[in-house]
Order: sequence, then C-alpha cells, then structure tokens
Amino acid sequence: MDGHARPAGVSRVAGTARLMALCALAALSCGAALARTLTVCQGGCEYGSVRGAVAAAVDGDTVLVEAGTYREGALVIDKAITLEGEGWPVLDGELRHAIVTVEADYVVVRGLVLRDAGRSHITDIAALRVAEVSDCLIENNRVENAFFGIYFAKSSGCVVRGNRVTGEGTNEAYTGNAIHLWGTNYLTVEDNYATGYRDGIYLEFARGASVRRNVSEGNLRYGLHFMYSNESVFEDNVLRANGAGVAVMYSKKIDMHGNTFADNWGAAAYGLLLKEINDSVVTRNTFEGNSAAVYVDGSNRTDLTRNDFIRNGYALRVLSNSMGMRVMYNNFIGNTFDVVTNANRSYNSFLENYWDAYEGYDLDRDGVGDLPFRPVRLFAMTVQSYPQAMVLLRSPLSQVLDYAERVLPVITPKAIEDDRPLMGRIVWSSSTP
Amino acid sequence: MSTSLKVMKYAFFDLMRSRWVLIYTLFFLAATGGLLYFGDDAAQAVLSTLNLVLLIIPLVALMLGMNHYYYTRDFVQLILTQPVSRPSVFLGQYAGVALPLATAFVVGTGVPFVVYSLTHRIDAGLVLSLLGAGALVSLVFTALAFWLGLANEERARALGLALGVWLALTVVYDGLVLYFIVLAQAYPIEGAVMAASVLNPIDLSRILVLMRLDAAALMGYTGALFSTFLGSTTGALVALAALVVWVAAPVGFGLLAFRRKNF
Repeated sequence: MDGHARPAGVSRVAGTARLMALCALAALSCGAALARTLTVCQGGCEYGSVRGAVAAAVDGDTVLVEAGTYREGALVIDKAITLEGEGWPVLDGELRHAIVTVEADYVVVRGLVLRDAGRSHITDIAALRVAEVSDCLIENNRVENAFFGIYFAKSSGCVVRGNRVTGEGTNEAYTGNAIHLWGTNYLTVEDNYATGYRDGIYLEFARGASVRRNVSEGNLRYGLHFMYSNESVFEDNVLRANGAGVAVMYSKKIDMHGNTFADNWGAAAYGLLLKEINDSVVTRNTFEGNSAAVYVDGSNRTDLTRNDFIRNGYALRVLSNSMGMRVMYNNFIGNTFDVVTNANRSYNSFLENYWDAYEGYDLDRDGVGDLPFRPVRLFAMTVQSYPQAMVLLRSPLSQVLDYAERVLPVITPKAIEDDRPLMGRIVWSSSTP
Repeated sequence: MSTSLKVMKYAFFDLMRSRWVLIYTLFFLAATGGLLYFGDDAAQAVLSTLNLVLLIIPLVALMLGMNHYYYTRDFVQLILTQPVSRPSVFLGQYAGVALPLATAFVVGTGVPFVVYSLTHRIDAGLVLSLLGAGALVSLVFTALAFWLGLANEERARALGLALGVWLALTVVYDGLVLYFIVLAQAYPIEGAVMAASVLNPIDLSRILVLMRLDAAALMGYTGALFSTFLGSTTGALVALAALVVWVAAPVGFGLLAFRRKNF
C-alpha cells in the first residue's frame, strides 16, 4: 500500500519545491514584499468585493474574505493566490453560477461556504471547479446545495481535505457528484464528508488517487464510484446507506483497506461492486447490513482477505467470469447467504475463513475444522435462478433442499470449498498487515 | 360466558394433570436457554427457535388438541345434558387447551431471552415477532385439531388426517409454491407468490419473523414483494387480517360442527 501512496506524496513535495522556486523568482524580479493580504468585507475594508480583491492580487498574495454573503456571480482565480474565508463567508451562486473556478497552479481555497450553485443539463456546473492545474489545496470548505460540488478536471497533485459537501438531490438525473475527479493524477481526497448528491466521491481516469477517511452517506447512487483509476488507494472511508452502495470498475492495482461499507439496501445495491478490478487487494474492511456485501464481476487476481462480513443478505456474489481470486481469513457472521455464484465451476480459492454456518468438528484441536466447508447453499442457487423463491427463505423445505444437496452434491459448485475452515472468529488489530 | 370460563378452567386443570404442558414448557426453556448459553448469539437463537415454531409447534398443538378432545368427549357429553349453551362449552374447551399451549411457548422461549437481555443487547422486535408467530401457530393448530376431532368419530382417522395436514402445511405447500414459481417464472407472479404465503399460517408467521431477521437479503430481491407490501400500512393490515382469519376460521368451523353434532 505504501508503494501506492508514495507517488502522491512525492508529487506534493515536488510541487512545494516548485512553488518555493517560483516565489524566489518573484522576489528577485520584483524586489517587493513577497505576500500581501488583501482583506475583503462588506463595509470598511480595503476591498468590498472578492472579485476586486482577486483582480488586484498577484501571485503569492492572500485574499482574506470576512464574514458576510457575497453575490458576485462566477469568480475565476487565474493566479497563484490563497482565497481564504474567515468566519464562514458565504459565496452565493444564486442558483445560476459556477461559483469559483480555479485556473492557475498553486491555488489554495479555504474556509469558504459555497452556496446555491447553478444547475444545468448541458454543462457540468460546479460550486468549485478546478481545471487543468496542479498542486492546489482545497481545504475546509462547505459546499451547500450545488449541482456538482467540487469538480476536478485534468489536474494533478491537488489535495482536497476536510470539506463538507451537502446537497438536497432527489433525482439522479438532475444531480451531480459531490466530489468529482476526472482525468487527474495523484490527487489526495481526505477527511471530507459528502451527502445528498448522485455520487459521493467519483473518480474517472484518476490515476494514483489517495482517498482516505472520508464519510459518504445518503447519496442517491454510489457513495464511492470509480473507473479507470489505476493504482489508487482507498483507506478508512465510511460508505453508508447510499442508494446503490459502492461501485468500482475497470481498474487495476487498487488497494482498499480499513473501509466500512454499511446499510446499502436494495435490489441493485452493493456494499462493494468489483467490476473488472484486477490485481487488487481488499483487506480489513467491514461489510455490515448490505443487501449484497461484495459483488464480483470479471475481476481477476484480486485478494479478499481479513474482512468482516456481518449480517448481510449475500456476503459474496462471485460471478464465474472472475478468476484467481483468493478469499482468505475473512469472518462470515450472520449473513443470510454466505457465497453464491452463477455457474457450476469456479477458479477462485477459499481458505481459512471463519464461517458461522460451519457444522464440522475439530478433533485434533488445531483450530481448523477437519471437514471442508461448502459455503454455497442449494437454496441460494435456487433463489439466483428464481428470485421469487426468496419467499421460501428459511422454510423447512429450503432446509431439506440444502441438506439433500450437502449429502449428494450435484448442483452447487464443488470448487467453491474451504478446505481449512476456522473454528473461531478471527480477531486482528488495526496494525495487522 | 361464565360457563365458558368454568369449562376452560376444567380443561386447563385436565391439561395440567397430564403434565404435557409442563414438559412442553421445560423443553422450550431448555432449548432456548441452551441455544443462548452455548451459542451466545440472539439472532442465531431466534433462527433455531424459528425452526421449532415452524415444525414442532404445529405438530404438538395438533396432537395435544386432538388428544384432549377425545379424552374429554364423555365429560363434554355430560356437561351438555345441563342447561348450558354449546358455543360456551366449545370455546371454553378450546381456550383451555390453546391458551396454555401458547403461554407455554411464550414463557418457555421468552424467559431465556429476557434473562439474556439483562446482560446483552438484543433486538426486542425480533424476539417479539418470534413469540407472536409461535403463539399464533399454537392457536391455529389447536383449533384445527378440535375441528378435525369433531369431524371424525374415529380417533385413528383423525390422527392420520392431522399428520396429513401438518405435512401439507409445513413442507408440501412450500414445495408446490416452489414448483409454481419454477413453472411460471416468466410471468409477473410476485403478487400470487405473496398471496400464497399469506394463505398458509406457517409461511405467514415465518415471513413476519424474517422481515426482521433477514431484512437486508429481503430488500435485495425486490422491494416490491416484501418490504413495500408488508412494510406498508395496507400490507400490515392484510397480514393482521390473515392472522385473525387463520385463528377465527378453524374456531368458527369447529364451533359450527360442535353445534350441529349429534352426541
């Protein structure tokens, strides 16, 4: 995981170095004081409007916006300045404007409330848009009621930290994403909170992103949604009660650890949907109370290890187009169905998991059950083919079916078998690799 | 009504003398207590007890109800020579058997859960739905036992029929539902399947418990079938009405048979 995180850090250091070099150059040429602070407030200050202060500022300056509500339409920041709010000033988009657009490198935006940005079916209007820049810092802002919240396009080395992006979206088609990354390199998204948008955190062509400690809940579609974002790291995020859970697609070398996926309910809701995710690691995550905790479709050589699957409808739905997956050291507790698949063969391995449904024994007392465990139940397969049969869940008939299949297995895949099922729940600390 | 109560009292003491109800209560106490003590997981214990509710309670209610009916037939004939109304005698007899059976289950299963809840956090709604389901099944199948007894002079024949009813409602019915689902899969049969489960008291009580136990999985299928229906006010009313009908209908038919019977 360090191998993945490092490039982002390296890039940031490089960015800072470049910033310092630029400042030094500016100091030499101008011979003036390096950074001025231009204060904006509504009455009695140097500047009465943010637009005026930004126009007057030069690279390296700080525009300090004091409390108040500013209705200035669309602001464009095209020089390397710090735009900082004090006492939560509100930049009001009046439901018409893209409030702040960053078009220069080394910009810092901090402490602002961006409220009521415009909406459009034609262009992606965002409360805060960052386009084709590098090394920006978007920190501790509040975005309220926007179409897109914070939007990055073709940028690199930026950090988005501690922002609170809240919306009141009710319709998927007419709501954008809270934090949206498109075509970015090595961005860091951390400690943000996103709710009420289409997707909480959205990444597309976001190479080497670090997404950590964010909370994304109550979004209309996905809490976290990414595609074509190779070598990204997702750690310690909480993704809860989103319309369709989390979907990650078409990426390789992904590291997801320490995340919580919870309470994603619905016919097409997944705690975590892995669609063509290859050579990746999903470890030490908690999946609790999801309709389907992990749904694996066409993902190869991906490891699922040391995760807790607790009280989900389906803990694992593995389609047979996935190969070389290793499912090891996980806890399966209180799930309605542990594993289901859609074919009679499987090229994935299951080893040393704890299954609470295991009924075997451990005569030599080495903590490993002496009989293999087959987690796929015939009734689960029946429900796959005939969804209406769910009405017979836990009926005596379904148990008769399961028992018969266990004695004479013909339909359930023999390949999905844990040869070394553990007798007790696995307990690990957060420092366990 | 006071005749009902008196008859009920006699029926109750008869039942107590046979010690079956006591054994029945102790069985549930031991089973649930054991499950909670050794399994240490309330949801798992509810799940295991649900199997007892679905299989054992109907059988025991049918057997004990029928046994009581034939055992007290002479006594009932004697009472009926007195100036008492037939419905009150029948209802007294029924309540004297059904209520102790339901109570035995609720006490035998409820007490271990209450004790467990002193030291652990449990989902009270889940346990209550289990207790409600068990009590309901007890009432329904005792009524069926009385009705079958009244309809058949011969005891062996009634016992055979009771076993048939038990097998039909616990396993065969579900098998037919599954067969129907497989046959008619291409059609929108959600409503029919839902109706089929409401029509069988065992299925209905199972689903009421599952609504709490496997909510996540049930939501996963189609919200339309379970949550939207049973979760809605209409659905809850339909379920409640079905429960009332399932207790009232066999009692009513039994009552009718009892009034017309030429002892």
